[in-house]
Amino acid sequence: MATHDGVTSRAPRNQVRKVVALSAGAVVSSMLTACGSSGPPTLNWYVNPDGVDTLTSLAEQCSTADYDIDIQLLPSGATDQRTQLARRLAAEDSSTDLMSLDPVFVPEFANAGWLLPFEGEAADAVTDGILAGPLDTVMWEDQVFAAPQWANTQVVWFRKSLAEAADLTMDDTVTWDQIIEAAADNDGTVGIQANRYEAYVVLINAMILGAGGDIVSDTEAGKEAQVDIDSEAGRKAAAIIQKLADSDAAQSDLTVSNEGTSLGQMYPDGGAGEFMTNWTFVYKNYQDLVESGDLTKDDLDDLGWARYPRTVADQPSAPPVGGIDIAVGAFTENPDFALEAAQCVTTSKAQEALARDEGLMPARGEVYDSPELSEYPEGLLDLWQTSLDEGGARPKSAYYALISGAVQSVWHSPTSVSPDSTPEDSAEFLREVLDGKALL
Amino acid sequence: MTIQAERPAHRERPSSGKPVASDRMRAEARLGQRLVAPAIVLMLLVTAFPMLRALYLSLFNYSLTAPDDREFIGLGNYGVALSDPLFWKTTGVTVLYMVVTVGFELVIGFAFAMVMHRVIFARGIIRTSILIPYGIITVVSGFAWQFAFSFQNGFVNNWLPGISENFNWFGETTPAVIAIMVSEIWKTTPFMSLLLLAGLAQVSEDMIEAAKVDGATWTQRLVKVILPNMRAAIMVAVLFRALDAYRIFDNIFVMTAGAVNTESISFLTYRQTIEQFQIGIGSALSVLLFLSVILIAFLIVKIFRVDLADARQEK
Repeated sequence: MATHDGVTSRAPRNQVRKVVALSAGAVVSSMLTACGSSGPPTLNWYVNPDGVDTLTSLAEQCSTADYDIDIQLLPSGATDQRTQLARRLAAEDSSTDLMSLDPVFVPEFANAGWLLPFEGEAADAVTDGILAGPLDTVMWEDQVFAAPQWANTQVVWFRKSLAEAADLTMDDTVTWDQIIEAAADNDGTVGIQANRYEAYVVLINAMILGAGGDIVSDTEAGKEAQVDIDSEAGRKAAAIIQKLADSDAAQSDLTVSNEGTSLGQMYPDGGAGEFMTNWTFVYKNYQDLVESGDLTKDDLDDLGWARYPRTVADQPSAPPVGGIDIAVGAFTENPDFALEAAQCVTTSKAQEALARDEGLMPARGEVYDSPELSEYPEGLLDLWQTSLDEGGARPKSAYYALISGAVQSVWHSPTSVSPDSTPEDSAEFLREVLDGKALL
Repeated sequence: MTIQAERPAHRERPSSGKPVASDRMRAEARLGQRLVAPAIVLMLLVTAFPMLRALYLSLFNYSLTAPDDREFIGLGNYGVALSDPLFWKTTGVTVLYMVVTVGFELVIGFAFAMVMHRVIFARGIIRTSILIPYGIITVVSGFAWQFAFSFQNGFVNNWLPGISENFNWFGETTPAVIAIMVSEIWKTTPFMSLLLLAGLAQVSEDMIEAAKVDGATWTQRLVKVILPNMRAAIMVAVLFRALDAYRIFDNIFVMTAGAVNTESISFLTYRQTIEQFQIGIGSALSVLLFLSVILIAFLIVKIFRVDLADARQEK
């Protein structure tokens, strides 16, 4: 009985072994075919989840007989995107071929040796005709490290009726002080982004640049960069934030406000609406609300726009520059194909498709004249183009994350900002953080 | 004579502490060592290596994004961490999380253990339902409680009297810390009650019966008989949970992402290493975290004179 039992119990085990061996063999052979030489290589393109439909069709169009481009989705937050890509690249991941990068991360990644530079013709091709603002974002130590794909900038959006009531001419000389006073005196508000996150640094940086200063300079010196935030320009920026926080024009969620929170304040149930500095997506957002019936055509006609407000009356403003650049991973197995694909997904035609279908504005000047963009009002396209050409980027540093974090830490909450102490405190803290003498 | 000769030897054993080793016992000990050796080697590979590596990296000023600027600074990172007010603030918050959650878990967990021990009907169902939260992933628990406390779509504001419907639990430190603690307590109380149930099962029914016969009230039986007899189990439960609670991370990450001063020491470490890529100072913080966990374990073991062998009934 015992032997019989032994035999019967062993038989199924043998069968199990066979099945396991067979399936393991099948898995291995399918993996071999996948990476084998039988098909063209696949380039992975890590994209942020903006305009994925158009990006997917771009990936298809740019796939050739030599390679296929596959879209891989990154998380929605800029910090999470950066973390995920950095983790892969720090581990020298050879399957990260192409990536959509927020411009502020280009110097950081390039400095770490994670990006392949564009050289010669490739560099010329991706920078040809690019507006000054976005062009600046892809340069690091005199080399081109990415191809601008689309560009973002901020303008001041407002209700024409509110500006008229305040008797304020909204042209490119309007100042922050003027719009805060105009809003406060006429039952309106001013919408900004002042939660403790990246867009608050965008605001502070734009205000400081607008007064002729900067947060840090000589950023190529890495940790030895010069800290300039404790300056007349820094104090002026702090004074504006303090003025807004103390004024009736401040929105109730000022301290946690982001790009989305102030959209609704343009057409509130009560009140005269707002002046709001915000990115280019705002126009399409309100236009869609007219289509869905939440806004009337008259409401949309009352929407005005002007160049980013001046910090000081006698100096032109420095509108923020954002967008997405396409970079090639330094450890890719197919560098030539990846560089070629990066050029293909950033051509004028590709930028046109992104602008027309997704509302993501071109980084190349000539695309603004394309008939495909005719649904945007003429003046708005010109304004965006000028803003991108004359705009100012955030500090380009391998330690940008530290700089941004240190500024956020001292300048938040906006209700505690004071020109007498905030610029000085933040300069001290920034110095300590860069020197590795304080925790962030 | 032989009987008399054996007796003192037998009586000596407990007082001397160590049994006289025979060949058989030595062989058994050797077999035991050989059996655990593979596990120890594996443990050394997967835990000792990363720990030593962190120790090494903590001596450098090293940012992942500027690998060329890496420089040896000795114990500099420790100096920075220990002299930074942020480090002590997060340590304080972490200790608060630990003390409050373990305190609540001990009381609620003991009540649950009593229920599981004494219940006479539907024993399986009751025991299982008490243990369910422990089977849920902490991140899921964090999200569930975040939705519950949310003023837009949560139920907590509607159910709790005296709280406005628009009260934002995650807008200020105190309510946010409370919300995080609730999620933590809800999720890990079953673990506490499981450990306490084991201790409760050790208390001899005879002693309780004897106390009853002597006229002891329910409270007297609890305080004078049950609790002293399961002291070791209670302390092991507190030790395990305290060490766990000190490393709290998931709930904070999900519910506030460290905003409004809800950051724990683990979260601070995460931010330096993963978000800021500051590998040097991040490693120094992990080492400090590791040392504080050892310190807490040492303090609990010494102060409460916990004997792990006692809890496992090896004596």
